Formats: sequence, structure tokens, C-alpha cells
Amino acid sequence: MKRRFSREQRLTMIYGILCIVLIIVMLQLWLLIATMNAYLGGDDSIILPAGLASLVCLALNAGLLWYVFRMERQR
Amino acid sequence: MKGERDQLTIAPDGAPLEDQPKWRQDFPIDWPQDHYVSRRDFTKFMVLTSLAFTVGQFWIVVQNYLRARRGQLPLLKIADVHQVSVGNAFAFAYPEPHDSCLLLRTGEESFIAFSQKCTHLSCAVVPQPDKGRFYCPCHVGSFDLTTGAPTAGPPRRPLPRITLEVRSGAVYATGVELRMV
Repeated sequence: MKRRFSREQRLTMIYGILCIVLIIVMLQLWLLIATMNAYLGGDDSIILPAGLASLVCLALNAGLLWYVFRMERQR
Repeated sequence: MKGERDQLTIAPDGAPLEDQPKWRQDFPIDWPQDHYVSRRDFTKFMVLTSLAFTVGQFWIVVQNYLRARRGQLPLLKIADVHQVSVGNAFAFAYPEPHDSCLLLRTGEESFIAFSQKCTHLSCAVVPQPDKGRFYCPCHVGSFDLTTGAPTAGPPRRPLPRITLEVRSGAVYATGVELRMV
């Protein structure tokens, strides 16, 4: 059985999701700056792993957004 | 659905709709729903920002791949040895015409060359041999004259070093050495 959330519950959940998304986006920003610094300094050892880590962060964010959409469909 | 219905028109002061002024009764604002929608849209925007950061990250991967594919940089004659006197600098471009660099003659037989772009925001650095430094006038940064290492101001990375070769009375640039420290 699919669970339906009240408006208060949905508001609390969206706050939680927004906090997690913000933390991940800040992590990605830090990753981008560090990678750019390494690239300009000629250190190419971290460039691909950092790209993959950023992709994982995007997947997490997209998953959370998908959860928000699914939550709205169940209203 | 009584519960949902009751929640539809919550005023900012929390009083029931009947106690609100007439204008609010006619045009009620559903604040919880308004808050929910604004946070949801901000979340969407943040996920879009996340996508932009990932695209930027892979743009660096592609640029790095293209840089690695370019391979060895060309050999370029900078100047004849007698053109540069000891303690003086000579400006040249390497490897591309817009990549300005500086050649310094530090002794009778010793030369050193660095990129002229400051590693902070790419302003042109100025050699100051009397003070033993390259000086960046944009943000008062400075680099050591012999190593190119940052000594003051905002730059954190050293100036890229141009590898040199002296042969047949001329100085040649052979490559660019990017450095982290």
C-alpha cells in the first residue's frame, strides 16, 4: 500500500531533502574548485576520480528530486 | 477529506478564516502550500546547479584528455644568447602566440624562463630583479625570481616553468612544466 503524507509531513520532508541537496551541491562546488586547481597545476591524477564522484553526487540529487516528484504524484 | 480541507487556508496569524479580514477571506493565501512549493522549486534549481557542476567537472576531464593528446610541445627559438644581458629579462610567447613568457639571464651561462601569467587571475607579472621577485600589480602578488614559487599575495601555485635548452649560441624553449608546489 502506498503511503500518503499530510501537508505538514511533506513540508518537513522537503526541508530535509533540501538540506541534503544543499550539502551535496556545496561538496560538488568544492570538488570542482579543487579539480580546476589540480588541472591548472598539471596534476591529472585526481581529475577522473573527481569527475566520477561528482557524477555520483548528481545521481544522489536526482534520486532525491525523483522522490519529491513521486511524493507529489501520491497526493 | 476533512483534514486536507481544514488546512487549505491557514492565515499567517493561525486564526480561523472566519476571524480574518474580508479581503483575506476573499483572497486567502495557502501559506503551508506556498512554503512547500517555494522549497520544492529551490530544490529543483539546486539539482540543476548540481548538473551544471557535473558538466563542468567533465569539461575538465575532456580538456585534460585533449592536453594529453597534444603531446610534446614544439621546439622554439627564443633569442640568441648575446641578445639578453645578465640580470635582464626578455619577453617571448610560447607555446601559443598569446601565451606570454619571460626569459631571464641569471648568469653568464644560466637562463630561466617562466610564464608571465599570474596563477591567481592571469595578470601579467613584472620582473623586479633588484627585489628578487616577479611582481603582479593586479592584487599585489609576488613570485620568487629563481623558482617561480609564490611568496606573497593571493597566488597559491607557482608560475609555470618553461624548460630551456641552450645550443649553438641560442636559447630554445622545449616545453611547459606546470606545478602544484
